[in-house]
Amino acid sequence: MARKQGSDTEAADGLEFQDSVSTLLERRGVTRREFMKFCTAMSAALALPPAFAPRIARALDEVKRPTLVWLEFQSCTGDTEALLRASNPTVAEIVLDILSIDYAETIMAAAGHLAEANLDKVVKEEKGSYIAVVEGSIPMKEDGIYCCIAGRTALDRAREVCGGAFATLAVGTCASYGGIPAAAPNPTGAVGVKVAVPSATVVNLPGCPLNADNLTATVVHFLLFKKLPATDGLGRPLFAYGKRIHDNCERRPHFDAGQYVEAWGDQAHRHGHCLYKMGCKGPETFHNCPTQRYNDKTSWPVAAGHGCAGCSQPMFWDSMTPLYKRLPNVPGFGIEATADKIGLGLAVGTAAAFGVHGVLSAFRRGDDSEGAKED
Amino acid sequence: MGHLYEKYVWEIPVRATHWVNVLSIAVLTLTGIYIGSPATLGATPSDFVMGWVRFVHFTAAYLFAVSVASRIYWAFRGNRYASWREFFPILTPAGRRNMLATFRYYTFLCKKGPQPVGHNALAGTTYALVFVLYLVMIVTGFTLYAEHAPQGTMHKLTGWLLVLFSNQTLRLTHHCVMWLLIGFAIHHVYSAWLMDVKERGGVMSSMFSGYKAVRTKD
Repeated sequence: MARKQGSDTEAADGLEFQDSVSTLLERRGVTRREFMKFCTAMSAALALPPAFAPRIARALDEVKRPTLVWLEFQSCTGDTEALLRASNPTVAEIVLDILSIDYAETIMAAAGHLAEANLDKVVKEEKGSYIAVVEGSIPMKEDGIYCCIAGRTALDRAREVCGGAFATLAVGTCASYGGIPAAAPNPTGAVGVKVAVPSATVVNLPGCPLNADNLTATVVHFLLFKKLPATDGLGRPLFAYGKRIHDNCERRPHFDAGQYVEAWGDQAHRHGHCLYKMGCKGPETFHNCPTQRYNDKTSWPVAAGHGCAGCSQPMFWDSMTPLYKRLPNVPGFGIEATADKIGLGLAVGTAAAFGVHGVLSAFRRGDDSEGAKED
Repeated sequence: MGHLYEKYVWEIPVRATHWVNVLSIAVLTLTGIYIGSPATLGATPSDFVMGWVRFVHFTAAYLFAVSVASRIYWAFRGNRYASWREFFPILTPAGRRNMLATFRYYTFLCKKGPQPVGHNALAGTTYALVFVLYLVMIVTGFTLYAEHAPQGTMHKLTGWLLVLFSNQTLRLTHHCVMWLLIGFAIHHVYSAWLMDVKERGGVMSSMFSGYKAVRTKD
């Protein structure tokens, strides 16, 4: 199709916006072909028909760069890393280029008061129109003193920034549902953004780390349709979290057939059979890992021979551990006491107790009657 | 002493749901144990062992749910021995006295317990608890089952449970309640045997025929 090749006739409205995305990309040595490949990949990630690729290209060409601020709280920076270290740099570059990232602790050049002043400026001057990205959980205990930036608590900052944003994207499981900082006993009272700031418009993009493709696709959806993608009951976009891993898994035929890996490295493992008995949480987890995969579609845990850890579900880590067992431990019992051991003990105990009762009853005299009594 | 006669106690819906429950619980337990901890029974990827086991589990689950719902309906329509009042003796002073007397009989503290025509007070109370466990099983089971069709009707109806408890917590509950029901089944068969021997009212066969041997008041 005869689309303008990096033309610079785009309207240069807005202070940050000087060139179209395609011009910017061309200047960086990204060809039009690569850009169109990216747009096609995005339409696939969003489960849109291929015909949407040119529309995505047009939308990205014409867009006025929305401002984005990236807040980092109780996190390991894994989600930032996932985005920045995408194996194919054009994907990350496109995200960075179509967005005006005014604040992001890991990558910004400014520091200290200057950096905080940038954030304050965005919150003040672009109220209701910027996008906030939150990485990491927010501690609630002791008024949130466990995570402070520039002398202010994460909770305080999140209320201000997320409360004033057009939308907040909670990236990673920690920002979405509390994640690992919220694992029992949750010493800091860590929660996800939606719990910490109930008034904010939040889209959850859980995962440990999040799949950068899903973040890019969410942003592209926003730029293309001017609204946020449809979400499920847990605030996750349906295009990325609408299907269960188990139901899209490449090892699913082995599950249905009844072929299971029993030990790491056994014959079944070498043949690529189902990892269900190795504690795979694919049946419990909604994510597009089997189709979207990680690191530019290179691989994902189950393809690599390891079960799904269920990292993108709420209450990860508590409900998904032990990682190599199907069920969580029974609360109140020892670490190694599984539900089945306790249950079998209960059944045997019941049978033994009634056995004893039966023997005693059999030798008991004078406790019988002849028929039930009319009432 | 009054004379013995055959009294029609258990109506057909009571007996039918009882035996459907027995059958479906047995099938659900066996298939459920396989689903929870399967053995490699498939020889080739074209086999469908787990597929069939799950199919049987879900079919039995529907059967069980219909049976439990029917029995609850019959608790409001059936005779006095099928009535919901039989399951809550704790609500009346006489019922509470009967519960204590039955407890004393079971624990060898007295020689004669009440020998009611219907359920004894402790049995009735136990069945009320067991029906709560049934409902827990049905709700957790169908909530987990609904995850195969995200955004479907069943998933939308049960989604709040997944948000509230997480699917793994529901799965653990589903698993633990199975063991409680296995414990109940052992207790239930034993108690029925004991009552059959001691009461001599033919309670075991009454679950097939509906009739018990009852002595008239005099």
